Amino acid sequence: MRLEIKDLSCRRGDLLVLAGVNFSLNPGAALILRGPNGAGKTTLLRCLAGLDRPVSGSISMPDEASVYSGHQDGLKAQMSVAENLRFWARIFGQTDISAAIEAFDLAPLTDRLAANLSAGQKRRLGLARLVLTARPIWFLDEPTVSLDAENTARFSEIIRRHLATGGMAVMATHIDLGLPESQSLDISTFKPDPAAEANPFLDGEF
Amino acid sequence: MWTLFRRDVILGFRSGGGFGLSLAFFLIVAMFVPFGVGPDTGVLGLIAPGILWIGALLSCLLSLDRIFQLDYEDGSLDLLATAPLPLEGLVAAKALAHWLVTGLPLTLAAPALGFLLSLPGPGYVWITLSLLVGTPALSFLGAFGAALTVGLKRGGLLLSLLVLPLYIPTLIFGAQSVVRKTEGLENTAAFAILAAITLLTVAITPFAAAAALRVNLK
Repeated sequence: MRLEIKDLSCRRGDLLVLAGVNFSLNPGAALILRGPNGAGKTTLLRCLAGLDRPVSGSISMPDEASVYSGHQDGLKAQMSVAENLRFWARIFGQTDISAAIEAFDLAPLTDRLAANLSAGQKRRLGLARLVLTARPIWFLDEPTVSLDAENTARFSEIIRRHLATGGMAVMATHIDLGLPESQSLDISTFKPDPAAEANPFLDGEF
Repeated sequence: MWTLFRRDVILGFRSGGGFGLSLAFFLIVAMFVPFGVGPDTGVLGLIAPGILWIGALLSCLLSLDRIFQLDYEDGSLDLLATAPLPLEGLVAAKALAHWLVTGLPLTLAAPALGFLLSLPGPGYVWITLSLLVGTPALSFLGAFGAALTVGLKRGGLLLSLLVLPLYIPTLIFGAQSVVRKTEGLENTAAFAILAAITLLTVAITPFAAAAALRVNLK
C-alpha cells in the first residue's frame, strides 16, 4: 500500500491553483505541506480526499483507505459527544468508540452536548473521528488549530502511534509536531504557469 | 444509510429541528383561512382540500433548505461525501428523514385541521391518504432543489423558485383526489397519478441530487 501522486493539477473554483504536484508516501511516513496562505494546501488536501476532481494527473491509493479532516469538525451541536462519535463510527462501519475517547481524553465530556464544548474540545472531538474510522491514510488540514500545548503533544503522540502501525498522514500545519520520518513539501513551488490557465470550455467540462 | 437517517430524524425532533416549524406553520395557515374567508361552512368545505394541500406544500418548503445546508455549514457534508456511503444513498436517507419529520406529522395533523375547515365527510380519509402518498414527493423534489442550492448563502429564494414548479403536479393531483371524492365523483385516476409522481420522484431525484451535490461540493 502506497500513496502516489503524479503530475497533479488542482483547481479551486475557476482558478488553477496547483500544477505538476508529484510525491509518494510509504506506510509509516508523514508528509507536511508548507507554504504561505493561499498557496493551495487546502486545495491539494481536498483534491486528495476526493472532494475536488483533479484537473489532470493521477492519485493512486487503495480504495476507501483515506479519511479527511478539514477546517470544520462536522459536529452536531444538539448531539452529545458520545452521540457524535457513535454516528461517525457507524458511518465508517465501526462500533467501538472507546479507543477514540481515550486517545483524546474525552471521557469526562461524553454526555455533554457538543454545543457546550470549547473550541479546543470541539477540535479534539473532530480529531477523535480520525481514530475511530480505522483508515490508514489521514488527510489533515491545520489539525492543531485551537489546541493547547498539552493537547497538541497528545495529538502528535497519536499521529506517531498511527504511523508506527503502518498508517500515513498528509497534513498542512505551521507548527513542528516532531514527527520521525516526516518529509516536508513546499507547496508554493507548484504555482501554475499563468499562460497555461485551464480553459473550462476546452477541457471538456461543458 | 440507516445511521444517517436516524441521526437526521433525531436532529429534526431536537431543538432547532424542522419538526415544530413546519407543523406550526401548517396550523397557522389552516387556522387563518376561516378568519380570512368567513365562517360560511359551505364555502370553507369547498376550498378545504385545496387549502390543506397548499398549507402542507408551503410548510414543507419552509424546512427544505435544512436538508443539506446545516450539514454544509458545519462541515459534515464534506466528511459524509468522503465516507463509505454513496451520495445517492445519502440523499435518499436525508430526504426520507425530512419526510418523517415534516410530511408525516402534516399528514397526521390534516384531519384535525380539516375539521376546523368543515371538510365534507369523505374528505377525511382522502386528505390523509393523498397527503400520505403525495408528501414523499415534496421531500424528494425538495432534496433535489436543496442539493442544487447548497453552496449558496441564503439560497432560500432560489430554492423556492426552483422547487415550486416541480410541486405543481403533486398539488393538482393531490388536491383533486380529495375534491373529486367530496363531490361524489370517482378519484381513482387522480390518486393513481399522484402515486405515480411520487414513485417516479423517489426513484429519480436521489441520482439527480447526488449529481448536483458533486458539482456543489467543489
